[in-house]
Amino acid sequence: MTTTSLRLRAGLVSIVLLAAFLGIWHLATRSAGPTTAMSPEYAKLMGLTATQGKSAMPGPLDVGAKLWEHLRRPFYDNGPNDKGLGIQLGYSIARVGMGYLLAVLVAIPLGFLIGMSPLLSKALDPFIQVLKPISPLAWMPLALYTIKDSSISAIFVIFICSIWPMLLNTVFGVASVRKEWINVARTLEVGTLRRAFTVILPAAAPTILTGMRISIGIAWLVIVAAEMLVGGTGIGYFVWNEWNNLSITNVIIAILLIGVVGMLLDQILARFTRMVTFPE
Amino acid sequence: MTDKFISIEGISKRYPGASGATTTVFENLWLSMARGEFCCVIGHSGCGKTTVLNILAGLDAPSEGVVIVDGQAISGTSLDRAVIFQSHALLPWRTVLGNVAYAVSSKWRKWDRAKVKAHAQTFIDLVGLTGSEHKRPSELSGGMKQRVGIARALSITPKMMLMDEPFSALDALTRGTLQDEVRRICLETGQTAFMITHDVDEAIYLADKIFLMTNGPGAVLAEVVENPLPRDRGRTDLHRHPLYYALRNHIIDFLVTRSKTFVAETPDHDPRSVPVIHIGKPGLTIASSGDEPRQAWIPGTNPGLSA
Repeated sequence: MTTTSLRLRAGLVSIVLLAAFLGIWHLATRSAGPTTAMSPEYAKLMGLTATQGKSAMPGPLDVGAKLWEHLRRPFYDNGPNDKGLGIQLGYSIARVGMGYLLAVLVAIPLGFLIGMSPLLSKALDPFIQVLKPISPLAWMPLALYTIKDSSISAIFVIFICSIWPMLLNTVFGVASVRKEWINVARTLEVGTLRRAFTVILPAAAPTILTGMRISIGIAWLVIVAAEMLVGGTGIGYFVWNEWNNLSITNVIIAILLIGVVGMLLDQILARFTRMVTFPE
Repeated sequence: MTDKFISIEGISKRYPGASGATTTVFENLWLSMARGEFCCVIGHSGCGKTTVLNILAGLDAPSEGVVIVDGQAISGTSLDRAVIFQSHALLPWRTVLGNVAYAVSSKWRKWDRAKVKAHAQTFIDLVGLTGSEHKRPSELSGGMKQRVGIARALSITPKMMLMDEPFSALDALTRGTLQDEVRRICLETGQTAFMITHDVDEAIYLADKIFLMTNGPGAVLAEVVENPLPRDRGRTDLHRHPLYYALRNHIIDFLVTRSKTFVAETPDHDPRSVPVIHIGKPGLTIASSGDEPRQAWIPGTNPGLSA
């Protein structure tokens, strides 16, 4: 009972905070600034900020109206510079998905091997230590030069940025499986492969999933920046394109949607993590 | 010493310590057990009891010496030797049935699912967990978890059971019931058991033979105490047996004082023929001639009675 009421109260506080934020935003962007008298021709060049004193920053109502417009037609395609937000987000999610999936396919088996072999663990450690802190975008020129395809380069950048948390967490998870569970498998004369799948994998799964959750967050952070560089399609490109169009409204909408999609991706991985976590 | 089902022959365990020195946990340890015998090891922490058990299980290898089980030197673990772990070591992502079935399917790889399940169920019933098959370890109490551990160990029908303080984490009431269960199961199945314990009464109740180990490092097996109590003893009237306190005091005296001084006081201790103590029968005591009489038990003068 107390938890429900706590949840209810927390929800109320959230709504109040949102309302306050929107209210302040609205008031801050509504106020008319000073206007100067000017000839009609000159006024056309200067725009609404100078002629009517309208704030250059869009208010919540402008953003809301534009967002509604976008949500009604998420998948329109009017050529390379005018696509619906659904399409742009779709491109970004597809790139993240591909790079991320490749990283999963490499990081988890490799992490398993490293975690189970102290020799490999020690031998590969210097490489991992050097490669891990490299900003994924630093790979971009090298990727563009070698791959010669901007879209695949973006996928490569996602791959390279999401591989490290997964790899390190898999190594850690596999290496720190409770000794007694290993001993159970040993006393039952379970073979190496069966032990890996029936004891080590389930025991390390929560740690591995945590790494995957960190990775998906980083991948989603990086895709926006990568698409700004690569251009063409995707939500990152959309942000940069709308900045060039000086459409702050669209930039704000894109920021909001990037946040929502990032949250959804995180929640999906969080759910998977809960599914493989068993209390003792 | 006619039937040596298990024979530990001169094993040692040394660890490389700090700055090149080696730490010797125990050295030249000889010990044997007959088939169907229940043996308990008592000694203070650090005397290498767990190491001996791990070597018997094959989880650890001795630095020197061999262990012979049923006429064969062991190398590594075996499904013939089941281990009941102190911390039960159940796999938390498997149910009770899943944990036991994992052991069953490890022993009989070719069995189909139904056969594995039926076999596992038999042992779940045996330890009194019928109805809890589909619970996960986190939903069980400490005693129930250890019952699953026992069922898992028994389900592979081992030649011997190795138990490392299996009941030390349980409350006194649960421990008592589980001791009864283990004793009943071991007697019924004629299981050979090797158990580490800190609980003197547990050892007296369960064991046929009690191994007393001196303090480590450099621990030795000081004595083998034969349990004089009848085989059909009950846990509740154990303390009424005329030899109970003699036995108990002998063990307590050992733990309190002689475990520290034994090595210094007994320079001619032969690890290959450890004295076997028969409580209450001084004439039968196989002890070195220089030993002080330690069976001088007079009723009513026991320090142990004051407790």
